[in-house]
Amino acid sequence: MAYTEDDLEKELATKEYKYGFYTDIESETFPNGLNEDVVRAISLKKGEPEWMTDWRIEAFRYWQTMEEPEWANVHYAKPDFQNISYYSAPSKKPKYDNLDEVDPELLDTFKRLGISLDEQKKLAGVAVDVVMDSVSVTTTFKKTLAEKGIIFCSISEAIKEHPELVKKYIGSVVPQKDNFYAALNSAVFSDGSFCYIPKGVRCPMELSTYFRINQAGTGQFERTLVVADAGSYVSYLEGCTAPSRDENQLHAAVVELIALDDAEIKYSTVQNWYPGNDQGKGGVYNFVTKRGLCEKNAKISWTQVETGSAVTWKYPSCILKGDNSIGEFYSIAVTNNFQQADTGTKMIHLGKNTKSTIISKGISAGQSQNSYRGLVQINSRADNARNFSQCDSLLMGNKCGAHTFPYIEAKNKTARVEHEATTSKIGEDQIFYCNQRGIDTEKAIALIVNGFSKEVLNKLPMEFAVEAQKLLEISLEGSVG
Amino acid sequence: MLEIKNLNAGIEDKDILKGIDLKVKAGEVHAIMGPNGSGKSTLSSVVAGKEEYEVTGGDILFENESILELDAEERAHKGIFLSFQYPVEIPGVSVTNFIKTAINETRKAKGLKDMPASDMLKMIREKSELLEIDRKFLSRSLNEGFSGGEKKRNEIFQMAMLEPKLAILDETDSGLDIDALRIVSNGVNKLRSKDNAVIVITHYQRLLEYIVPDFVHVLVDGKIVKSGGKELALELEEKGYDWVKAELTA
Repeated sequence: MAYTEDDLEKELATKEYKYGFYTDIESETFPNGLNEDVVRAISLKKGEPEWMTDWRIEAFRYWQTMEEPEWANVHYAKPDFQNISYYSAPSKKPKYDNLDEVDPELLDTFKRLGISLDEQKKLAGVAVDVVMDSVSVTTTFKKTLAEKGIIFCSISEAIKEHPELVKKYIGSVVPQKDNFYAALNSAVFSDGSFCYIPKGVRCPMELSTYFRINQAGTGQFERTLVVADAGSYVSYLEGCTAPSRDENQLHAAVVELIALDDAEIKYSTVQNWYPGNDQGKGGVYNFVTKRGLCEKNAKISWTQVETGSAVTWKYPSCILKGDNSIGEFYSIAVTNNFQQADTGTKMIHLGKNTKSTIISKGISAGQSQNSYRGLVQINSRADNARNFSQCDSLLMGNKCGAHTFPYIEAKNKTARVEHEATTSKIGEDQIFYCNQRGIDTEKAIALIVNGFSKEVLNKLPMEFAVEAQKLLEISLEGSVG
Repeated sequence: MLEIKNLNAGIEDKDILKGIDLKVKAGEVHAIMGPNGSGKSTLSSVVAGKEEYEVTGGDILFENESILELDAEERAHKGIFLSFQYPVEIPGVSVTNFIKTAINETRKAKGLKDMPASDMLKMIREKSELLEIDRKFLSRSLNEGFSGGEKKRNEIFQMAMLEPKLAILDETDSGLDIDALRIVSNGVNKLRSKDNAVIVITHYQRLLEYIVPDFVHVLVDGKIVKSGGKELALELEEKGYDWVKAELTA
């Protein structure tokens, strides 16, 4: 039978999470619970210097005085922080020179994720720092990068090998007490990535990190720090998946970007954490703090494709501190079934002639709720600051919701701020038109959604744009595999 | 090719088609004319398989097989094409990308591999020249911001690319100025052959000066009340639909 809106809803309801499998790798996991001893134990386990331990403890003490935020347009059962294990690492401590030595099960996991490392190696040289349950497993292309003086390693390694850099920049953009989840992350972060691009160096390849939550009941708290020194350039991509699990898993990451004078950082995310089942059970809580600081003439672009997680709370932001600096935010957020997303950005204009662009595309299906929340703040000294924001929502069916919460604070008369918003719905007429041309309903939806998202997809590095398109199709369709 | 037998169809309890009989053979051009609300567009939608219409009686045979149980895309795969009266917009999807998807989905349904890109490009070039379509037009988003003429020309371009056996042109002349009408009609005429058939649905006789039909049918209140040759269209133009209605009640 041909398409009706009811069919569409049915189809959307029955889609399954493609990455729902669990890899049986022996791991070492801390017992549940959180207190100062656990924080110390994490630090000890990782062989960290004292300053780092103290920094964590400081964060933990802040965190204890803080309340979980409730202003976001999301509703969920609050995680029980004493019922989470804060450390889980594959116990066969691996450090490999080549892929053959890697646990075959792990490699299989990557294959199922569709990111065979071999393939990625070939693809225009992608260096992948794989973080699985918090510990960085393998870093490829390290040598090529080292020749240029680029440091790309796990944050744990950086703490040991490059303490001066980490000490200088960690917490400089997202302070320990910035917010509830950032404080928690600062106390218990288990691993993450560190990247430093020296002065004037253009990173010759896309740097990429894959995060994946594997062990049951483990929260993942990764910490990413990217520093682009004066006049340098780097493009960084993170991808995330999690296996299907009934209980909710907490994911509270912090990403800090520092773009010094004339530097440029492009940071792209493809997030596909487990969204829960079609009844709204399970799924990942994705509470992430991402922020970048631009010095003079610097530029930071955030591009995100968010299709997963049960609850998302995430606002990749730019502090445009230096004169003439540029901030960009390109986002596609897809919600289906009972998913909830409250996502957007903050553009803080401090310097003169600063510019920001926000393009947000929200796609809601099923009974999901999709909110855009964005702040454009023009400080009193930010002469001639400019912002352009565009927020488009696409609705599928009658039970989902799209919301837009734009906040504009302009304290300088020379500011120019533009905001455009549209809401549209995939109509039966559009579907029938495609059907009549021989395109079935699933393919038609994919086509329409890809068209809607094109402006943002175009901002992704080529090889990831293809993957992101596939993800969009998987997230919104019943049997496309 | 197409055989419609005592077709009854409607929407939400409302009967619109009340016993249509129509036979269309390969190589023929049929015109269906009728006043507003007589069921012309319903007929085209029902043949194309639009789900919201319910068939309450009769049958539609295409190449001697009933297509009533087939989805719209399956009918398209068999070679039924509908040129829409109001083509929809699909933002962000270029004309080229759309037609490429349509062709490859149709090939997939037939167990064929995707058309090689070079063949596709060659075909696009040929067909766009045939219809006097500017190449820049092909990279624009489907129907977004198109003029009435551009939308209809795009429909005929897709028809040229998909090479259907049966093309139904639903009010293709509406919203066209005389130049666009000429270009669109020329395109249709160039695509006519002994192997395919065309059904032209129109309110006015004007289009039929360009696409000359073999048969003309008059649809009034869900029934074909009069059939004849191309001269019937002229007679209608002269005397109006009231003439047919008056003849019916007489």
